[in-house]
Amino acid sequence: MDITGLVSSLSGSTARAATPLIFAAAGEVLVQRSGVVNVGLEGILLGSAFTATIVTYTTHNPWLGLIAALITGGIMAAIFSAFTIYGAADQVVVGVVLNLFALGVTGTLFRILFATHAAKTMELPFVFHTIPILTPFTLAAVAVVWYILYKTRLGLEIRACGEKPSAAAASGVNVLKLRTLVTVFGGVLAGAGGAFLSIGQNNAFAENMSAGRGFIALAIVTAGRWNPIGCLIAALVFGLSDALQFLGQAIGLDHYYRLLLIHLHLLTVAKQFNVNHVPYNLFLAVPYVVTLVILLGSSKSTRAPASLGKPYVRI
Amino acid sequence: MSARRMTTPRSLSARVIKVALQACAAALSFLILLAGTLTLFGIRAKTALPAIADGAFGGWQYGHLYALSETVVEAVPLILTGLGVLVAWQAGMFSIGGEGQLLIGALSAMTVEHFIGNTPAPLITFLMLVASVVGGALWGGIAGWLRTTRNVQEVISTIMLNYIALYLVGAAVLGPLQEPSHSGPETALLPDPVLFAHILPAAWTGGITARLHTGVIIALIAVPCTAVWMYRTRTGFALRLTGRNADAARTAGFSVDRVRLIAMVVSGALCGLAGSVQLLGVSARLDQQFSPGWGYSAIPVALMGGLTPGGTLVSALFFGALTAGTNSAERTAGVPAVVADVLLAASVMAVVAIRAWRGRAQLASGGD
Repeated sequence: MDITGLVSSLSGSTARAATPLIFAAAGEVLVQRSGVVNVGLEGILLGSAFTATIVTYTTHNPWLGLIAALITGGIMAAIFSAFTIYGAADQVVVGVVLNLFALGVTGTLFRILFATHAAKTMELPFVFHTIPILTPFTLAAVAVVWYILYKTRLGLEIRACGEKPSAAAASGVNVLKLRTLVTVFGGVLAGAGGAFLSIGQNNAFAENMSAGRGFIALAIVTAGRWNPIGCLIAALVFGLSDALQFLGQAIGLDHYYRLLLIHLHLLTVAKQFNVNHVPYNLFLAVPYVVTLVILLGSSKSTRAPASLGKPYVRI
Repeated sequence: MSARRMTTPRSLSARVIKVALQACAAALSFLILLAGTLTLFGIRAKTALPAIADGAFGGWQYGHLYALSETVVEAVPLILTGLGVLVAWQAGMFSIGGEGQLLIGALSAMTVEHFIGNTPAPLITFLMLVASVVGGALWGGIAGWLRTTRNVQEVISTIMLNYIALYLVGAAVLGPLQEPSHSGPETALLPDPVLFAHILPAAWTGGITARLHTGVIIALIAVPCTAVWMYRTRTGFALRLTGRNADAARTAGFSVDRVRLIAMVVSGALCGLAGSVQLLGVSARLDQQFSPGWGYSAIPVALMGGLTPGGTLVSALFFGALTAGTNSAERTAGVPAVVADVLLAASVMAVVAIRAWRGRAQLASGGD
């Protein structure tokens, strides 16, 4: 494969892999700046990917599917808010349970509805033939979040809620209401990410298709230091690591590995232990390893919002 | 609430009646939840509920013992991983890493077997169990180490470690651990002498060998061991104190970081053990579909058990019955087995909601 083709296919798959992460992380930046960690992001991605498929399948209109995904994201985030913000329940517990709930419900319904026939649906259109239409909108999402956070009074209030909610409340901000509003907004953005997974680049749903991306988005927010631009960059790095598996196949890594073994006179030994090829599973693990390594380097030095993850209780 | 409980001592019989009433209320609300969920998914509860009960408690095809054996077999991995979850969560470490630790446990056990295949069978079994404990402890320890030294949140790191473990298993069963003919992505079957023995004679269960295996003893021993460790030792005390109030633990002179690391290592060891017990008792081979998500289900199981060892045992048996019931109802009445997952999450959601509501009521009455 020539270099130009390689670069264009690599950048294409990077952008596609990064799209749902940018949507989810952009919303989550705002949410965490207000002091809430939406651990249920994974479930929101999965749930909205599912409703996008169902609605597209029944109406034959992917745009309605997208709207359904946005609404699903908002509703699931609202449920999370009701428990954690108004109920002051632990955000990790509720988030984890919400994820399991989404996994169970989508799995059950998927098996009931598509037991006999394939879940093939239509997909959203592409621009310039190859770019999924939702991908350019990630930049808009980042820009909007950046503008709200740093250029509006609302953004100032959000940041105050995340740093010192009692002070924000004293200056007349309704902390619970604002946090809920922001969390629902983050859910809607994550809904767009979920829609991208199922109808944005493919036309099918698969059980547990979010595959940890909600948690990678949480990692991106930390790695991007709670700044939308930083998150965009971090998401692209993760997208690149995800795209490496395509690169590995494209340049024929397996072939080079075998040549190396022959060169080192290790081929017979490798064959004996059945390690004379590179299992594709190792490439699949790369994004998760990269996430860990980046967290390893960025978690200690960064300064999280002071009241991150702490429920606010009016006294 | 707690003050009232301290001032009015109750007689034993009153307490027994209260617990029994609570259990009945819980069972009844669960039945309603189950019937509601089934109806919501368009399944006729009237035919599905008896089918589920049949699969869990018996009568339908091979008799009661067979169904009860299925229930216990399904509960075993949930007991061990549930204990793992409660150890970590009691210490305030919100680990979601049970799944990965279980997989690494099974992978370590299989690796050991692969390299010492010529040793006497009981020794192999023992070394496989040890390897799974060590492997799981190591995998849990990574998340603990990341948290205590690098401040990486365990909620994220354990999920990443789960996926890494899954793909490591996938790579191993396509690579060094693949079965001799190199055709499928799985290991060879473990030889019979290495496996756990079946407990029930086939004659008792309608001529079909029930799956109940001696590994259940390991799970049942692990429950009191965890309880003693958590409630009767200094480390266990430090662990619970750290979870409740890390500052208080620090003031009391405990090293919070050390306690958290220990909690993650022990949690990983228990989940890893679940991996080898399942390998030796049920599946006998390893592939990427080895676990249907025991490590994840363990979280609602432990939460429903109130994060206590005894409660987790009861809740694991309960959800073992539900899994065995839906598994069987999938064959007999067309009920999708994943319904069990929905119910698991829905019940915890309800518990969380009740707690949040009660907590708010308490705050409202005590705060003003």
